[in-house]
This record gives sequence, C-alpha cells and structure tokens, in this order.
Amino acid sequence: MKIALFIPCFVDQMAPQVGLAVATVLERLGHAVEFRSAQTCCGQPAFNAGYQDEARAVATHALKVFAGAEAVVGPSGSCVAMMRVFYPEILAGTPHETAALDLACRTFEFGEFLVKKLGVTDVGARFPHRVTYHDGCHSLRELRLRDEPRQLLRAVRDLDLVECDEAESCCGFGGLFSVKFPMVSTAMAEVKAGSLARTECDYIVSSDPSCQLQLDGWLSRHQRRPRTIHLAEVLAGTAS
Amino acid sequence: MTTVSKPAPAAAASAKQQFLHDAAEHVRDTGHRDFIRRALGGYYTSRDLQQARFRNWEHARDAASLAKWSAVNRLDELLPQFTTRFEANGGRVHWARDAEEARQIVLELLAAAKAKAVIKSKCMTTEEIHLNQAMEATGFSVVESDLGEFIQQLRGEPPYHFVFPCMHVRREEISDLFGKHLGTPPTDSPEELTMIARRHMRRLYVDADVGITGANFLIAETGQISITENEGNARLTAALPRIQIAIAGIEKVIERLDDLAVLLPMLATAGAGQPMTCYNTLYAGPRAAGECDGPEEMHLVLLDNSRTALLADAEQRDALHCIRCGACLNVCPIFKNVGGFTYGTTYQGPIGSVITPHLRGLAEWNHLSEASSLCGACTDVCPVRIDIHHHLLHNRRNAARTSPSRIERLGHRLFAAVANRPWAFAAGGWAFRKTLWLAKLLRPPPLSAWLATRDLPPAPARSFRSAWRSRQR
Amino acid sequence: MISRSQADNNAARAQILARIKEALRIPAPQPTLGAGPAEPTTAAGGLPILATAAARPWLPDGGDSPAESLALLEENLAKLRAVVFRVPDLAAAADCLSAQARERDWQQVAWHAHPLVEPLLAGVPCGTHQVDPGGSFDKQGLEICDAGLTACECLVAQTGSILVSSQTCGGRALSILPHVHVVIATLDQLVPTLADAFALIRERYAGNLPSMLSFITGPSRTGDIERILVLGAHGPKELIVILVG
Repeated sequence: MKIALFIPCFVDQMAPQVGLAVATVLERLGHAVEFRSAQTCCGQPAFNAGYQDEARAVATHALKVFAGAEAVVGPSGSCVAMMRVFYPEILAGTPHETAALDLACRTFEFGEFLVKKLGVTDVGARFPHRVTYHDGCHSLRELRLRDEPRQLLRAVRDLDLVECDEAESCCGFGGLFSVKFPMVSTAMAEVKAGSLARTECDYIVSSDPSCQLQLDGWLSRHQRRPRTIHLAEVLAGTAS
Repeated sequence: MTTVSKPAPAAAASAKQQFLHDAAEHVRDTGHRDFIRRALGGYYTSRDLQQARFRNWEHARDAASLAKWSAVNRLDELLPQFTTRFEANGGRVHWARDAEEARQIVLELLAAAKAKAVIKSKCMTTEEIHLNQAMEATGFSVVESDLGEFIQQLRGEPPYHFVFPCMHVRREEISDLFGKHLGTPPTDSPEELTMIARRHMRRLYVDADVGITGANFLIAETGQISITENEGNARLTAALPRIQIAIAGIEKVIERLDDLAVLLPMLATAGAGQPMTCYNTLYAGPRAAGECDGPEEMHLVLLDNSRTALLADAEQRDALHCIRCGACLNVCPIFKNVGGFTYGTTYQGPIGSVITPHLRGLAEWNHLSEASSLCGACTDVCPVRIDIHHHLLHNRRNAARTSPSRIERLGHRLFAAVANRPWAFAAGGWAFRKTLWLAKLLRPPPLSAWLATRDLPPAPARSFRSAWRSRQR
Repeated sequence: MISRSQADNNAARAQILARIKEALRIPAPQPTLGAGPAEPTTAAGGLPILATAAARPWLPDGGDSPAESLALLEENLAKLRAVVFRVPDLAAAADCLSAQARERDWQQVAWHAHPLVEPLLAGVPCGTHQVDPGGSFDKQGLEICDAGLTACECLVAQTGSILVSSQTCGGRALSILPHVHVVIATLDQLVPTLADAFALIRERYAGNLPSMLSFITGPSRTGDIERILVLGAHGPKELIVILVG
C-alpha cells in the first residue's frame, strides 16, 4: 500500500522525529510511504474557535493535497478527528462535500491504522521501560480508540505498561483554550500530570502531539519526571 | 482549610471577566479542588457499579434519548394533551411566558391563599426565575426544605451544583451555620447535623399552608407530574400544606408513563450512582374524592422563559432533553477545577454552558462555551445522549458569526492564507523556529498566557519537511 | 399588582403554543443511537420510538421467575437498609409488629383502614391513631406517632421499591411523616420490574388515578453533607417490610 503521511503542522515544525518515526514503522512493515509537501494544516484551530469559513478554506486545501491517496495516516488523534469527523460537517452542502466524505473513509490515526487496517499489533519494537498511556480526548471520544494503542504497547518487547487512575481525563490543552483560559488549562495539566507521575513510569506515551506539548510544558516547568513520548517513537524503537 | 463561598463580583465586570476572575481565584484553592474530587470519587464508584447492573447501558441510553426526542419534537401536541388531562384530574395550569410572569403568578396565588408560611422543595426552575427573592421582597417567608438547599439558603448562596447544592461545604462549616441560625450545639457528625435539620423542618411542614415543588417529568398520557427526590421533603411539601404549587419548564413533558421505567433508574444511576432515587412520586392533582389528606388545590406553572428559543434551534434542540441528572458536571474537568459558582448561572457545568447563551444571550455568555477543552466526557455520560460538547462548538460558531472578535478573525484569516500557500507555510514555520528563543524572552500574548505556567520545548534545527527531503535523497 | 385573569392565562398559553409550533417547523435530526441491533418502531406522529417492552432487556434485572424476583427484592431491600420480616400469616404479622413496638418502645402507631392493616393491630402494646376515620385530617395527631402502618399497591423486585397510593394506603402523609414506615404486603403483590408496576397502575386505575402514587425505595436518605450517606433526612428513618406468605 502507498501511504500518504499526514504530518500535523506542529509535528512538522516542532516535533519532526514523530513524523520520521511513523515513516520508519510503516516502511518496516513493507509499505511505501510518501509525503505530499503541499500539505500544511488541518484547520482545527479556526474550527474550534468557531471561524468556520476560515477553517473551510484550509480544509479545501487539504482535500486537494490528499486527493487520490490510498490511505492518509497521521500521528495525531485531534487532527485526524478534524479531517474525518468535522470536514464532512463543515463542507456539507458545498461542492466539496463528496470529496470530504471520501477523504474521511481513507484517513486514519497512526495506531488505529496499524491495528484496524493492517491488522498488526507487533511491529517488532523494543522499548525496555515502564510506561503509562495517556488517552487523548479526540482519539478516545471522537475516533473511539482505546484498546488499539494498548494492544500495540503490550506487543513491544520489554515494555512494562501500567494504567494511571486518570488515564481518560483531559490534559487541558484544548487548542486555544490553553491560552484563553490558562488558569483552568494549567489546573487540568496539574491534575493529569500528578496522576501520571504516581504510576512511577519512565515515559508517558501519547498519540497526540498537542497533549504532549501541554503535559511536557507543565512537567518541565515543575522539573518533574517523567516526560512524554509519542507512540510512533516507541514503536519505531528510535527513542533512547 | 479555606472556606469557599460565592465570590464577590468584581466591579462592573462583564460575565466573561467575572468568570476569568473567579476561575483564577478558585484554581488557586487546591484544598477545595481536592475536597470536591474526593467527594466525586465515591460517586464514580457507585455510578460504575449501578451502570453495570443495566443489562445494556448503551441500549438504555438509546431508549431514553428516543423517549425525550419524540416528546420534545411533539411538544405542540403533547403539552396540550398533558394540560387537558392534568386539569381533568382537578389541577389548574398557569402559563408563564417569562420569569416575571411566573413570579407574578406565584405571588398572586400566595396572596389569594393568604399564605403565612411557605415550604419549598428543591426546584431549579424557581432558582432560575429568582422566586425566593421575589417572595421575600413581598413579605412571604419561605424555607427551603431540601437539606442542601436549606444549607445554601442559610449561607445566602445559590446552589453550587444543581443536584448537590452544598457539595463544597464542610461539616464543620455546617455545624457553625446551624449553631448561628438555629442555636444548636456544635457537632462533626453528618448524621447529627441531618437530624438537626430534620427536627427543625418537621414543624414547618405541619404549619405551612403552601408547598412549592418542582417537577422532573410531566406525563402527557396520564396528566401526572413526577417528582424525584431522596429525602422525602418534596413528599411532605406536597402532603401537608393546604395548597400545592408546582413549577416546571415546558420541556419536561414525556409521552408515556412507561418512559419512566427507563428514565427513573437512569436519572438515579447517572445522577447519584443509585439504582433508584428514594422517592419517585406521581401527582395527578389535588386531594381526590375519598382520600383522607392532601392539598385542596394544586397549581402547576408551566414556564417558557426562552425554552422556545432553544426549541427553535433545531441543531441544539436536544439540549431540552436534559433530565437534570448532573452527570455531565460530575465528569467535567472544568467544573471540578473552577467550581459551581464560577459559572455565574443557574445551571452550571457542560449543559449549563450549552443552554445559558440561549436563555440569557449569546454575546454575553459565549465564554462559557469557550471555557472548555472539548474533551467530550460530558457527551459520553449523558443518559439521554445530548451532543453536549459539539453544541459548545456550535455556540462558538454562532458567536463568531454574530459577534466575532476582530483580532481573532484576522488571526485565523491570516493563518488560513498562509496555510493555503505551502511555501509561505514552510517559510513561516522556519521563521517561527528561528525566533522562538526571542519570543520566549519577550513573552507576547497569547504566548505569555502559556509561558506563565508552562515551558515550551526548544525549536528543532530542522522541520519534518526538511528532514524528509534529506532522507529521500 | 395587576390581578391575572383567565384571559391573560389563555393569551399566555396561546402565545407559548404558537412559539412551539413555529419552532418545530424545522425538524431536529433523530438522535444518533449507540451500537444496537434493536430498531425503533414507528408510533403516532410518525416519529420512531423505542417501546419500553423493547427496552426491558437492557434495564436492570427484575427476575425471570417469582422465586428469582423474590430473591432480588430481598437483596435490594437489604442493600437499601430496609428491614424485612417474612411471616406465614396475618397473625404472625401482628406478633411481629407487637414485638417491634415493644423493642422500640413505641407509644403510638398510626394506621389506615385496610384488610391487611387492621389485623396487624391485634395485641399491639401501644396507642393507635387512625388517619382515615372520616372528618378532617389530624396533622398533629399523626405527627406525634412513632410509626405509620400502611398497605401497598405492589412491590418491585428490580429496584426494591414499594408502590403506595393515596387511595389505598391511607393518604399521602401516613407513609412519609412518621419516623418509621411499616409496610404490610403479601407475596402475590410482587412484580418483577418498574414497567410491570406502571402496567398495574394503568390497569387498576384507568381513568381514576389516585392523586398520589409513590415508589418508595428504602428509608429516606441524603448525601448532601460531604457526600456521606445519612438515613432519615426528612422522611422515615426506617422502613420495615412485613411480607406475608
């Protein structure tokens, strides 16, 4: 299969290693991977803020970029939810409606793609650490993914997976919410980080770079271990 | 331990400014936040236990959501059907277009009854129309009989949570409160405190001449109203006084008695982690022929107060399916961290954030819809499947259309323009990475809001697209 | 204050109904249902609904046989901290009540006229107060009673609930004002689920509803103080069920 990588704008500029890890894993499994360099952003920030015309403008660009791709795979639950769940909604009644529905069928979150589309849980990874998983809200509740990342982690050699008591609680990022209501966002990070730290894990695994930004931001400011790592990096075995 | 009370309003603040102020105050009180979280911890356990006793909770949610959907979407047919049957049972229906009209109706009924003492059971609709203040201003004394509401009445505060009105109050504070207002000795036993309230209230039930209640459901099939409670105070309020006045929103209608077989256990499970609330009572009308007690008159005030405005919004109409269980509040990380008073509304939490703009105006109250990370936990737990967190997005969209922020719209327009030009996007990204160190130093807004409490990672030397180009060579 | 006339009320009614009609011109989409094979059935008005009979398989268990239902009822009543006495006949029930009255030092028990309730009073070692002898209702007389004795409409296994009505169970206050509520019921009054109880109401009271019907599920309770469960908030602190048969 030829897989078009969807690299969220944040990953592109601030966390390139996540995108590279995705490519590594997919290629290891024998698939061809392409990066369509015209891609930019999924349009979620404008959409979440209620500026749907602006979001629509960005969405139509994304539709053009990914037209004809066999599969579009991205390492972000929130961006994939935007494309799969919300593009059909904001483009309903426009000439792009069909294209949006079509793209929605071919767009997958990275862990979801491995387990549900490729039917693979063991990708030959090794990661000798104790980890806990943070459920990103879009992955959990928009894409309904909960078991898939855990199945993948359990198949990683020498990895010890533990659950934290607030695994399904929101980290508090919420896009612009994090800066419009910073005191609430920070309180949520504090609660979440506290729960994650209580697992005494080495790494917090996440499928969403925006959750990572929020949690690492708080943990770093408070000089606390552990830090986050993206699921793709664990599976690529590229982390030290 | 700090005492949490309703914060004093900042001078001439908009609702949004007040929210930001109160939220900031509240998140600082980590003791209080812990207290609330521990209180809710017990709820989560019992709720999960009760939910597991349903043979299929998701199917039950389907049944409940369809029952409310078909009732609300046939309100034009079912509301008249209900009122005809209710009045045939001997009750009187009064129609109130808004809060002022509802208050007027109740005050007139009290005057006609020459009421001296009024006892009241829990009713959020009366909170919504500020009935107590109106009654007191007219010279009627009214006592809240529900323990939590009674405590809040003595504290001079509105309810903190529309199901658990005083969940923020510690037992020592209640002991002091009772000591001050009732002259009772101090105690740290919840049981003794409850007995104090029980003894105090007993006289009031027997002596009251008017009892005011709410209603959880209005059943079109039979013309009965249904009241759910644990304490028995509503049953006493509707048993002993000479006159009963019930107040309910028009959206409370359900079609059939049978619907309660699904709705009552779900209300109890989602709302309090109980299999069934202690008293679920159907009132058909005043004392019937052959019965030995009960009110001589029963009045029902049906309230619109902008519910028809929400009804007209077909996209968000399902917000009227709400059975006021409070489950969405109990799982909301915003609620847990800012507390019930910060919302500044009758109805707090996720459902409150959805409906308040419709009840009080979008421009002034949209910030409640913005004050959410859209985690969706609320939608997941709602027993009637209201699409709560998506409605927050709908409110944001509607606000952006009718009262957009010029700066924000400009920012999104600029971003969209750049995002549609890959070369500009790549260049912008490069510039961002190269100047991030400076931005961290200068801290322009909105970056300042982030950096006040959180770090940002260092910018990597290369973007993904640049690294990919090298990789493919 | 301007007095509100019937005309005002009619005007308000007309306006609200007009607003509703106008609002409903645009249909709302049917709710997205969760995973489930059951299909909604079409009812009056063309809107699909789920018959509660269809919902029963999803609701909590009510027992598939009378024996199962009884076991469930007793289990639920125990969890609710209600006290249950199983007795073979009404004479034994009367002995049971007298024993309770002695043990708890009751001075006065309230009761209503009913073939199951009157026999209970045989030999009771305290004063009695009838709530429904005719004439005006004596609130004060009831308030000083230690216990209220009532019959019931039915018992619901699914939730451990007792259905009382103002028509057959001594009015409204008898089962809620006294500190202890004693219910006398026979085994054949047990129904499996709430839906069955509603069917019973419809059948028994078609067109002639009691002014009050109440499902009582345990002694009165509150969790308002620090979410700690306390029994006996305003209604009865104790619920005693005497099951005959």
